[in-house]
Amino acid sequence: MVALDQTQVKDGVDQETVDAVREVGGEYKYGWETEIEMEYAPKGVSPDIVRLISEKNEEPEWMTEWRLQAYERWLQKEEPTWAMVNYPKIDFQDIYYYARPKSMEVKPKSLEEVDPKLLATYEKLGIPLREQMILAGVEGAEKAPAEGRKVAVDAVFDSVSIGTTFKEELKAAGVIFCSISEAIRDHPELVKKYLGTVVPVTDNYYATLNSAVFSDGSFVYVPPGVRCPMELSTYFRINAENTGQFERTLIIADKGSYVSYLEGCTAPARDTAQLHAAVVEIIVEEDAEVKYSTVQNWYPGDEDGKGGIYNFVTKRADCRGDRSKVMWTQVETGSAVTWKYPSCILRGEESQGEFYSIAIANNMQQADTGTKMVHLGKNTKSRIVSKGISAGKAQNTYRGLVSMHKKAKDARNYTQCDSLLIGDKCGAHTVPYIEVKNNSARVEHEATTSKVDEDQLFYCRSRGMDEEEAVALVVNGFCKDVLQALPMEFAMEAQQLVAISLEGSVG
Amino acid sequence: MLNINNLHVQLEEEDKQILKGVNLTVEPGKVHAIMGPNGSGKSTLSYVLSGKGGYEVTEGSATLDGQDLLEQEAEERAAAGLFLAFQYPVEIPGVGNMTFLRTAVNAQRKARGEDELSAAEFLKEVRAQAKSLKIDAEMLKRPVNVGFSGGEKKRNEILQMAMLQPKMCILDETDSGLDVDAMKLVAEGVNALRSENRGFLVITHYQRLLDHIKPDVVHIMANGRIVKTGGPELALEVENNGYADILAEVG
Repeated sequence: MVALDQTQVKDGVDQETVDAVREVGGEYKYGWETEIEMEYAPKGVSPDIVRLISEKNEEPEWMTEWRLQAYERWLQKEEPTWAMVNYPKIDFQDIYYYARPKSMEVKPKSLEEVDPKLLATYEKLGIPLREQMILAGVEGAEKAPAEGRKVAVDAVFDSVSIGTTFKEELKAAGVIFCSISEAIRDHPELVKKYLGTVVPVTDNYYATLNSAVFSDGSFVYVPPGVRCPMELSTYFRINAENTGQFERTLIIADKGSYVSYLEGCTAPARDTAQLHAAVVEIIVEEDAEVKYSTVQNWYPGDEDGKGGIYNFVTKRADCRGDRSKVMWTQVETGSAVTWKYPSCILRGEESQGEFYSIAIANNMQQADTGTKMVHLGKNTKSRIVSKGISAGKAQNTYRGLVSMHKKAKDARNYTQCDSLLIGDKCGAHTVPYIEVKNNSARVEHEATTSKVDEDQLFYCRSRGMDEEEAVALVVNGFCKDVLQALPMEFAMEAQQLVAISLEGSVG
Repeated sequence: MLNINNLHVQLEEEDKQILKGVNLTVEPGKVHAIMGPNGSGKSTLSYVLSGKGGYEVTEGSATLDGQDLLEQEAEERAAAGLFLAFQYPVEIPGVGNMTFLRTAVNAQRKARGEDELSAAEFLKEVRAQAKSLKIDAEMLKRPVNVGFSGGEKKRNEILQMAMLQPKMCILDETDSGLDVDAMKLVAEGVNALRSENRGFLVITHYQRLLDHIKPDVVHIMANGRIVKTGGPELALEVENNGYADILAEVG
């Protein structure tokens, strides 16, 4: 915490807040490592590595070709530099692109066959891979059905999916929920039809690399008219050192269907930075609705900025059908560097896109995140609510695009970007891009920046809360609009996470 | 119970003395009122006692049941039983009034080594207290003080006081911005909390609040000191003649 000790602060309360924030170091709860025998592909990326990953996943020839073409395109692309983030140049030949626990060499047929060490890892993370109810916590528990709610989990460990729960029950409802490698083998017609149609192979540097080397991820297909009977989720864990995680998620909500999906992510605390470059594609057909929530808690690096995950992620939803709807909710508390813009293409008439985001950057973390709302269809609507919180020496940027195309008659957007600063060594930046090509469209943008108010903190403390509780309460109040957008169980988890990432109190 | 001895306080940022030797003792079960003109140091006294930053104590002491208040953090003073009803209650957007209350109640219980109140126990208690202050369910759900009228804010302070059950209550100009009906409600709330082991320090400009909350002792504060102490009749004297006579009398 050398950096923070030198912090000059203006007044008493800010000093105390800085002290509270100082205690965060070492408070990352998921920084432990699972000791397990791994099998790696040789370091670096080449056509041979691409073929090897494809082979490990027992993929058909068309998939291998798709990957190889992506690799060729990646060689021609340049790393983007426009984001407000600084990090040492990544040596893409010094990364393992494939790491699999040895015990996964023969694919387990059911969860009972999965290596107990892996199951224990998820147990420790609080994601038990059993088909059980998730019981709601105390607050708001009255809203939950008495018997709890079911959440199906796909668990991805380094480069492979180790298992998916509630598969049979979902299958009975017609929902396909499995790892993407399984989907490529078992549902090639769906994968062929949709993969790369939302995020094209050549979309951007990281997405192109991902297209070549992605190892696993989740696949969801909800058939027409089906309301998915439970929440679906994927839990990503990076465990191996010097390994990049390249996951690929494909979600298809067919006509009139509904699904709510959540992803969570953690990684061990290591001195060297690690790359995570994911691609998520969502297809929303007529009258369908998808909710996609993320609680991102990758290792953020230490207080001096050593280590941490570089989170370079491309997420996009295509609202193809009329009246289709997608809602992105993200709580970004981890990662050393975040570069992420979950976006909506509003193609169908009256389609709707929503983006709710909480991004917390503490210590030396850098976050450049936001969304793109591309309005193509008539009467399309979008709403953006972004809450950025900066503490320590962190830099937090909201970067967003709202684009109203010629045919997007009477399209509407509302954007609200609020930034909260804790201490005076951090920064908050808002970079909205707005393109309007038709004069019936309406775009509204509101932005505020504020500091945690010392009167608010004193008021809370005079009622008996300590400084950590007071900061957590005020910040959670600041984030409320977004926390409310999360599924209830995760809202509580996120609320605690917000407190932990700012205060160092062990939740 | 509350003992203030020769308390000298100045602002941290400028060399300005605000309290210049305050002496005051509040016994359990008693209501003391402090009156005085603007700028006499009344609000500063309440802030210093409750632990607000920005002030420096240069001399003197303040204790609650023998515990040195000035050494404690604001939240420790609260857990020890000190409560300040703010003149200007602070707005906390996005934080429900109920959540705030529950966090506060449980934080104090935790600090005292007691079990937290269960959701059901808390709800029962808060509903009963809110009812007598005519605070409806909707107001309990709204964010803390956000969009509250002056009267609602003050009633909300008294609700917090009722829920936290402090030993020593300081009311800083609780009557300011209240119409007669609101003042009666607030006074009723305060009177309901009067008990033989609880002390009150009521800071006010005007006699009218003291018609409803009958004080045992009245102090007049001026220029950072308590210049005169008497019974309830002293408040009437201020009401009839203003502060000028008293100030001239004490020089």
